[in-house]
Amino acid sequence: MARSSLSLVFAGSGGSGAMTAGTLFLRAAARAGYFGVMTQLFGAQVRGGESAALVQFSNEPIECQPDRFDVFFAIDWDKVDQFAAEIPLDKNSVVISDPSAGAIPASIAKSKPRALSVVMSDPTMTRLARAMRSKRSNVFVAGLAGTLAGIAAAELRAALEAVLGHKSDEVMAANAAALENGIKAAASIDLDLRVAEPEPKHESRWLITGNEAIGLGALRGGIKFVGCYPITPATDLVEWLSPRLHSLGGRLILAEDELASINMVLGASYGGWPAMTVTAGPGLSLMTEAIGLGVAAEIPAVVVDVMRAGPSTGIASKTEQSDLNIAIYGAHGDAPRIVIAPLSVGDCITTGEWAVYVAEALQTPVIVLSDQMIGQAQAIIPSAAKRPEPMKRRTNGGAPGAQFKRYEVTANPISRMPLPGTKGYEWVAEGLTHNEAGLPVSGASAHVAQINKRAKKIEQFDPGELWGEVFGHGDTAILTFGSSVAPAREAARRLTATGRATRVIALRVLSPVPVKPLAAALKGVRRGVVLEQNHSGQLYRHLLGQKAIPISTESIARPGPLPFRPAEITSHIA
Amino acid sequence: MSTAATIETHCVRGLVEKDFSSGAHPIWCPGCGDYGVLAGLEHALVKLGRPPHEVVLVSGIGCSSRLPGYMSCFGFHGVHGRALAAATGLKLARPDLEVITVGGDGDGFSIGGNHFIHACRRNIDMLYLVMDNRVYGMTKGQPSPTSEPDWDSALTPGGIGTRPFNPILLAIAAGATFVARGFAGDPQGLADLIVAGIKWPGFAFLEVLSPCITFRPEEFEWKGKVRHDAAAVENDRAAAAAAALTDDGFSLGVLFRGTEAAVKPPSQARSSLAAIERQFLVGV
Repeated sequence: MARSSLSLVFAGSGGSGAMTAGTLFLRAAARAGYFGVMTQLFGAQVRGGESAALVQFSNEPIECQPDRFDVFFAIDWDKVDQFAAEIPLDKNSVVISDPSAGAIPASIAKSKPRALSVVMSDPTMTRLARAMRSKRSNVFVAGLAGTLAGIAAAELRAALEAVLGHKSDEVMAANAAALENGIKAAASIDLDLRVAEPEPKHESRWLITGNEAIGLGALRGGIKFVGCYPITPATDLVEWLSPRLHSLGGRLILAEDELASINMVLGASYGGWPAMTVTAGPGLSLMTEAIGLGVAAEIPAVVVDVMRAGPSTGIASKTEQSDLNIAIYGAHGDAPRIVIAPLSVGDCITTGEWAVYVAEALQTPVIVLSDQMIGQAQAIIPSAAKRPEPMKRRTNGGAPGAQFKRYEVTANPISRMPLPGTKGYEWVAEGLTHNEAGLPVSGASAHVAQINKRAKKIEQFDPGELWGEVFGHGDTAILTFGSSVAPAREAARRLTATGRATRVIALRVLSPVPVKPLAAALKGVRRGVVLEQNHSGQLYRHLLGQKAIPISTESIARPGPLPFRPAEITSHIA
Repeated sequence: MSTAATIETHCVRGLVEKDFSSGAHPIWCPGCGDYGVLAGLEHALVKLGRPPHEVVLVSGIGCSSRLPGYMSCFGFHGVHGRALAAATGLKLARPDLEVITVGGDGDGFSIGGNHFIHACRRNIDMLYLVMDNRVYGMTKGQPSPTSEPDWDSALTPGGIGTRPFNPILLAIAAGATFVARGFAGDPQGLADLIVAGIKWPGFAFLEVLSPCITFRPEEFEWKGKVRHDAAAVENDRAAAAAAALTDDGFSLGVLFRGTEAAVKPPSQARSSLAAIERQFLVGV
């Protein structure tokens, strides 16, 4: 009987093409109407380190990491010891490797998987030819894996053309031959990895990474300016964005550092262009002073933090959800801002677009907390992403008067922000404590009035239905965010199937805590658990501090970089 | 979302200095050089005929960075040291506005030193005016990057002992295409340099000797030291750098002009969101 999902590993040393193998497989799966997600596991070395593509393949939408992997394709064994511990295998797993790669290393063999040996290159190639030209074992493996999983050869060929078609004719001919050899080799292996066809055949699919999805959301939201500095794992977001933003008439600028990035963003935004910066934890630390300026001077800005393991430099290439504290509270003084997080790879589009609208409408920095697991996961998603209702900056300066008051205190805490160049409304964006006209003052009354004005703006923010999502109905609730949503949902599905009905409350808005909709979502809950990937329970403490969850709520908090696996969550709760 | 309206730029005749004054009373000490710079800027904008609403003054933190509050133009008073970064973002988004960045030597050369280097290199069309008084005035008299090594302060008794930073040399080395020096005690001459810097189609760096009478009373003597004798070196960075190395720091005027082209403003849209979204579609 065909299974409903399959988990695969394509592993090799950096440069072996393991990622390309995973990409080929995933694209062919998307073409065939399946769902899936690929995450990347790699070390600090730019070339020659360990690398593995972890692929989940299913006939329904899937984003969580599996408890264990069904099949492990080793393109070579060179660096496998460096990540073997992070890829769970067992005796039901199958390991497929080339005999020329040598014996299965102990780090893999200790799980006692079934081992299969397959010659992954053209057997007619001479040793010299193999040394001179790539063996293209990765393309072979993609053909083999795809065919074993039940993907039609035509889809694999089309995926090859889409992914590597830009290469020279000679290279493509060799790739095509390697793919055909892989497809043929499947028949000689006694292994049934077929996944049942998806029902019903869905409409077209998108293949997108979380980082690309935030970039796309930002473009949908009208971002015109990006200031950024390279940092793993956020750089691929801006690499995707740069040519596209320019093609739409916007501007991306590579700043000299993160301090410049965020200040450039504030400058461009002051000029009237919706603006964004993209970074990871170390960059966010550097940006906190200017985020405070954005709060005080009331300048819209989107700050995307693709979280990685911290503190300090931490693990640049691996995930963690430990920047919540700095995102919510980072900056001196009272500097309230909006912090939101995507619920899935596909939701990065919605959350990214919405971030721009919220920043513009509230005239304040909005921090989007993505993470490496979501950001660098490539997922097959249904093509339609929910689009939030557009909101705009209040640029109308109002009736011309004696002196324009940029920071006027009225019943509406969102004051008027006319664009520079508007005659009669000249104002100064001011980071010093200022009066309503924007002039620096050091008196108590203006200080308190402006602090209150800005706090009220955040307190009154109504996210509507975009506050978060509730999945399921059980009286056990898992509250979580970001990349922990997917494993929480899978754990809830299993718990519910085994008699402990469990719901997942996924928060898109992390700050200010959406107290009312959260209270409604918690109705009927007898046991609540806050799930997050950091040591100190940052979300748990934040929710408790806001009295948004009962004191009896439990916390499952552990650091990254290992993703939560559903079995880990169910064992905590069951 | 609609983007910013781009304004038509005007040359307005009949503007007077008062049109550029906010009326706010400066926090500066009596006798501060920055008053001269404020006057110089007002003269320059009258000469240029750019009305206040078309001008944005961007600054960081320090005595001199308070200047935007004293003018009637648009302004951006940001955090310490990052004025050039904010101005860069602003000018890229709004090339139609006249962006003038102002600040002091601590703001520009110490905490903001990295941005100074890269602004010179980037060559975006703006004037950067640094009021150099060789001291941190707002925090009451600590040595700045341009202070003399033997200048005695409470924080550094006997002097800081390190050689001062040469902003002119650094600007030339980092790729600035317009480098000049002015004096706060000469608002008319300063206004001419400001006009030249604003008109310059790239990054124009103007160091202004602006005495701090309170913490550096000896700077009162700068009046007798400055000379209007700078001979602009055209396009020869090595020669300009050599001159900057031997210069005593009191020659006024344009010191260097380069020919490198400024950064171009963003181009018109040539694609669409729909076309970009299509790349994600698989299997049709």
